[in-house]
Amino acid sequence: MTTTQTREAMNEQFDRRTLDWYIDKLVEIIVFISGISAIIFVVGIFVFVTMEGMGFLFDSFSFSEFFGSEYWEPSDEDAPEYGILALIAGTASVTGLAMLIAIPFSLGTAIYIAEFSTGKTREYLKVLVELLAAIPSVVWGFIGLTIMNPLIIEIFDVPVGLTVLNAGIILGLMAAPIMTSIAEDALKAVPDRYREAAEALGATRWQVIYKTVLPAAKNGLLGAILLGVGRGFGETMAVLMATGHAVNIPGSVFDSVRALTATIAAELGETAVGSEHYQVLFTIGIFLFLITFVINLTADLIVRGIKNQ
Amino acid sequence: MVDTMLEAMVQRKSETESTAEQKKIKLDISDLTVSYGKEAAISDVNFKIYENEIFGIIGPANAGKTSFLKALNLMNTFDANMKVEGKILFNGRDIHQLKNVYALRSRIGVVFPLPVGLPMTVYENVALSPRLRGIKDKASLDEIVQRCLQRSALWDEVKDRLDSLGSLLSGGQQQRLTIARALSQEPELLILDEFSIAVDPVTTMRIEEVLKELKNEMTIILVTNLVQQARRLADRTAFFLEGECIETGDTEALFNGQVENSKTTDYIEGRFG
Repeated sequence: MTTTQTREAMNEQFDRRTLDWYIDKLVEIIVFISGISAIIFVVGIFVFVTMEGMGFLFDSFSFSEFFGSEYWEPSDEDAPEYGILALIAGTASVTGLAMLIAIPFSLGTAIYIAEFSTGKTREYLKVLVELLAAIPSVVWGFIGLTIMNPLIIEIFDVPVGLTVLNAGIILGLMAAPIMTSIAEDALKAVPDRYREAAEALGATRWQVIYKTVLPAAKNGLLGAILLGVGRGFGETMAVLMATGHAVNIPGSVFDSVRALTATIAAELGETAVGSEHYQVLFTIGIFLFLITFVINLTADLIVRGIKNQ
Repeated sequence: MVDTMLEAMVQRKSETESTAEQKKIKLDISDLTVSYGKEAAISDVNFKIYENEIFGIIGPANAGKTSFLKALNLMNTFDANMKVEGKILFNGRDIHQLKNVYALRSRIGVVFPLPVGLPMTVYENVALSPRLRGIKDKASLDEIVQRCLQRSALWDEVKDRLDSLGSLLSGGQQQRLTIARALSQEPELLILDEFSIAVDPVTTMRIEEVLKELKNEMTIILVTNLVQQARRLADRTAFFLEGECIETGDTEALFNGQVENSKTTDYIEGRFG
């Protein structure tokens, strides 16, 4: 009799939710919201940028003018022209040069940190590289403006130092630390047994790296490079300060250019909200968003590729 | 006067010893100690390994067998934490005085306990070592790859998919691939560290047959957890326990109970370990 009673009493617990149960539910909800907020923000930003740029996009947008014209004359009162070809050329040339500098630099650093350095050296280097990655872009822009500028004028004997060369170097140095970090992670992810097996065959250290480690880390390294490219496209402040900000399709690295991002940053504050100029800047924003989205997605898919192998 | 006589006697004795040995010494290990940090993995190991013999090493886990192998191949350059003291003579040369460690490693084939299919095709896995040696000719490479895969009893299973990734083979196949890769070095010394862990019994027997043949071409060190495997294959056997080499001796003698230390018999007969 008593056992039945206790059992019933015990069974009552099945219908009672305790404080622990509610806390668990609450935490679950909070974590869920944080988790999907990233998606909400990305979608939200995309919707906002698209809405702001929509007026121009649907009314007077001409594909051939927008992407085919090198004339960016938004302030012309009679016939403003919105061609971003020169701006694309500016961004592309600076990013391209930056990658030429950053790729060998960051891969070399990553190989040194992951494969050659040991103990304290490795720890210090890693911290230093991360510190480099944390330097604000305006500081880099400042270096471009005050140090690189006179240096380029003096060394190459050119009239202007705020050029593709200047911005490319600055951007390359900016992108290199992040690329190094990711490339190093990719190299570290290569199991040591691969290295040991290759070493046991009598391979030299370079042969081990070249024949075994690099091929095994290939995807991660590609991902690092693509993230660097994404960084180059998206960087604004340093590029604004170091390029010279002149609308121009560059003929050489000693020409000044203007980047897509820098154009938005410099002009948005001066346009009337809702005006055509304002809307065009947002259209550039959509374009940049799409490019960086595609680059990051590709990088992500590639990096994921290694894990599934 | 007495001194000279003594000297002469000693000399004669060592002469007779060396003629009695006949066999050339492949490895001469003296006072070998391997430590990680402050902890010694093996200490004061002394013995010789002769050419064209299979030298078995048995002993329970943590006996220092793998550390011993790593020291032979100078793998301590890979592990900053690993410290090796004592002397190892390979063909009479002190391996710690070599100017080119890669040349030594390329003459020692190693098969690790867990299979390592390098992330390249089956063909490239086996062709890697010949290529490192500078063989570029496709026909020679084909020939080496086929011969090594046949010897490691893998050829029939992979001959139609030499271009698939080596790391995608099954565990047992990867182990035989590792053996093929070691053979592709045409090594003077082949080290097998518990090669049969990931291989089924039938394949193990096939590989054992191959090892008996290979003995004519090279010296083989066989580390094994299977005491009976040592008995089947090894000419001489060393028993390692807790970082010490308890004894070495003729395999049959050890298994017949002619031991210096009773622990050896206890281990062989499965009373511990």
